[in-house]
Amino acid sequence: MKIAVLSGKGGTGKTLVSVNLAAAADKSLYLDCDVEEPNGHLFFKPEDVEIEEVSVVIPEVNQDLCTGCRKCVDFCRFNALAYVNDQLIVFEEICHSCGGCFMVCPENALIKKDKVIGRIERGQSGSVEVHTGILNTGEVSGIPIVAKLLTGYKDDPDVPVFIDCPPGTACIVMETVASADYCILVAEPTIFGSHNLKMVHELVTLMGKPVGVVLNKVQEGDDPSEEYCLQNDVKILGKIPYDKRLGLLNSNADIAVRVDTHYKTVFSQLLSTARKEATR
Amino acid sequence: MRIAIPVDEKNIDSNVCMSFGRAPYYLIFDTDTDESEFVVNTAATSAGGAGIRAAQIVADQKVDVLLTPRCGQNAAEVIQAANIKLYKTSGTSIKDNIDAMKAGTLSPLDEIHAGLHGH
Repeated sequence: MKIAVLSGKGGTGKTLVSVNLAAAADKSLYLDCDVEEPNGHLFFKPEDVEIEEVSVVIPEVNQDLCTGCRKCVDFCRFNALAYVNDQLIVFEEICHSCGGCFMVCPENALIKKDKVIGRIERGQSGSVEVHTGILNTGEVSGIPIVAKLLTGYKDDPDVPVFIDCPPGTACIVMETVASADYCILVAEPTIFGSHNLKMVHELVTLMGKPVGVVLNKVQEGDDPSEEYCLQNDVKILGKIPYDKRLGLLNSNADIAVRVDTHYKTVFSQLLSTARKEATR
Repeated sequence: MRIAIPVDEKNIDSNVCMSFGRAPYYLIFDTDTDESEFVVNTAATSAGGAGIRAAQIVADQKVDVLLTPRCGQNAAEVIQAANIKLYKTSGTSIKDNIDAMKAGTLSPLDEIHAGLHGH
């Protein structure tokens, strides 16, 4: 079972929820797909880490074969190619690796070159297998790393997979959620939080995913995110209080489930509720 | 000498455009004949890489110099590969800048910004 944990914005508690759910399971796999800022490993501190580099294909010019027809220059929607002074110039950091230039070049003057854009680190933390996607600074897209994370493990029906998603509702989130069986949305009790919850809820609904919400940082008083759930008939899986103790554990990079009996119960219950919902 | 200048309107009395890559037009001015021509910058609405495509358009006009208030790294790379010299405009008047270029009083543009990508 693959459970994606996501939110419309950063800082709502995706990592808190996904890390603690993974730690609350008997045995689990945690995939950190928030490749621009993967934080799960800071909590898990995985051991025996193996590293796999992730590359994309970009063009390199064979100037001897290039006749200057400019078909590639005209084709490139990202303007990653220019032809001046009888030379084709490739802007590697602009290239999105769509591969179109290779297809339109009539002279086979473009050579496929691998460019490393990041890496995946795989290690073990107690009962949790931890896979972390890391995108190098300045790269245009982390999607190739997410794609590799989501296919680069042995699927075992007895081992639940927890996917820590990137924030927001961009293409990379859709890629991350596409293969999930169930989505957990983490939301803050603010108007801004409910607005972002609505965005991400609309996205996963559009993708046909069953969904539940975890209300985080819950305090007394109005919770616009809870109101959104009630108005739109969205299942509330659980509530996590705005608790200094939990905040302290988190800022010390401790996993609440592993060091605090109260929160072990809280997240175990949440896990049980989510699994029940997901198999409904 | 052929001069290129990013401009706001198709009119020599309009102003120098503050952006190179996103300028709507380029004025191509030939100092031998005093003839001017306006080229549409089809890169102005690109989602990304506008500077590269804009520099390609300017380079295709076989100009010798580009007068611009500023220029990004990628555009400058194309301009320099095309052996086009970069000068910094002074003030916003197109005519004054052409006169200054003719008189040799413009300074080379040596501050190349890293690009405004994603802004």
